[in-house]
Amino acid sequence: MLESYTGAAILFLIATGIAVGMVVATSLLGPKREFADKMEPFECGESQLVSPYQRFSVKFYLVAVLFILFDIEVVFLFPWAILYKKLGLFGFIEMMVFLIILGVGLMYVWIRGGLDWE
Amino acid sequence: MWIDLAITMVKIIFILTITVGFFAPVLTWVERKQSAIMQDRIGANRADIMGFTALGLFHIMADGLKMFTKEDFIPEGANRALHTLSPIIALIPAILTFAVVPFGGVYELWGTQVNLVISDLNVGLLFVFAIASLATYGYVVAGWSSNNNWSLLGSMRTASQMISYEVTMGLTIIGVLMVYGSMRLTDIGAAQETGFWGFILQPFGFLMFFAASIAENKRIPFDAPEAESELVAGYFTEYSGLKFGMFFMAEFIEMVTIGAILTILFFGAWHLPFLTTADLLSMFDFLGDSFANLIVMFIHVGVFFGKVTFFIFVQMVIRWTLPRFRYDQIMKLGWKMLLPLSLLNVVGTGLVILALN
Repeated sequence: MLESYTGAAILFLIATGIAVGMVVATSLLGPKREFADKMEPFECGESQLVSPYQRFSVKFYLVAVLFILFDIEVVFLFPWAILYKKLGLFGFIEMMVFLIILGVGLMYVWIRGGLDWE
Repeated sequence: MWIDLAITMVKIIFILTITVGFFAPVLTWVERKQSAIMQDRIGANRADIMGFTALGLFHIMADGLKMFTKEDFIPEGANRALHTLSPIIALIPAILTFAVVPFGGVYELWGTQVNLVISDLNVGLLFVFAIASLATYGYVVAGWSSNNNWSLLGSMRTASQMISYEVTMGLTIIGVLMVYGSMRLTDIGAAQETGFWGFILQPFGFLMFFAASIAENKRIPFDAPEAESELVAGYFTEYSGLKFGMFFMAEFIEMVTIGAILTILFFGAWHLPFLTTADLLSMFDFLGDSFANLIVMFIHVGVFFGKVTFFIFVQMVIRWTLPRFRYDQIMKLGWKMLLPLSLLNVVGTGLVILALN
């Protein structure tokens, strides 16, 4: 069973080698001239006015929470979809109940404004 | 045992040559040249070797050399370790997804079965999504570690856009899985040899998957995360040299991945329309079994990469035709349009399959 992953494992090692090699090469080959003004983070010619590490909009967190909810539902659908032709009418009705509950959840988030981005 | 390993190594080298070695560099040139043609400009044509420009193809070499020899810049106050690590995290998944992508069928060459896929996993499609979504970490860490306002905004946009469209991508795939009853990409490809191609069985699934995958790759019209007119360059504002180039390589390799997955799921994989492998084999029968297999293998690999190239061309045309969406429009399209529609697609596919059985 695990033997089929051999190729993927080898490719992973080679890909890591390529990526690390590129980073090492670019840090070795390039020139290094450091002075204070140059090392400032880029902000269209201004000095940095505020640090980026502050609170920011809660919407991004909300999207993350919704993603976890819906993506787990998608994971439940995968095995069902593979076996769908064997399950027949029973499988269809069973999954429709599941999808209706999912749809109600989506409608709830939608009506409460969780999907708005203004 | 050893012969299997040798065949695997040959396939890995072939895939690396064609993605990292061919498509990624050549696409940088195609992007410039195709946009130039579409906008009635001349495009890249200045780099030459002894007066010979080859349509500007030497710009690839010039760009590569330039990226290797530029200063590796890390801004003050940045997290140096994570700043260095993030292009690595972004590039590895882009290459690794090709481990399960079949670029041909199974061929009998001199007594050895050759299956043209590096790892023929029974969870192939799931593997693609699992690995591809890991790249999100690379982009988020890149923006977060740079100590730059533009970078952080870009990476937050990247994160929420990529995870939003991942839900849609997962749901559009459900329809394909219901039709083929397998997650193994070689099975899905083989099923289209005699049966209908995927885009006939799943037309809406195809369109939604294409839109979602372009959004997943953050290209125009979904390139709000790196919008150069708003955020300078988004999450890789503070990157220079080859580290900057690695983010671009990851993007171009992902374009190839999208083309490959679209080809396998919806456009008959490595098959020619109306010509089964047996037909092709009988055409070259006079050469003997192994040579006939070899020629059919070359035809199939050529057909597969031809289709992939076509989808890359379509992505490029979209890139240079449409303007960028506003960020709220992108989120609206993902959550309020594509998500309900892909749920309906699952229900509709279920009903049709139930009616046909």
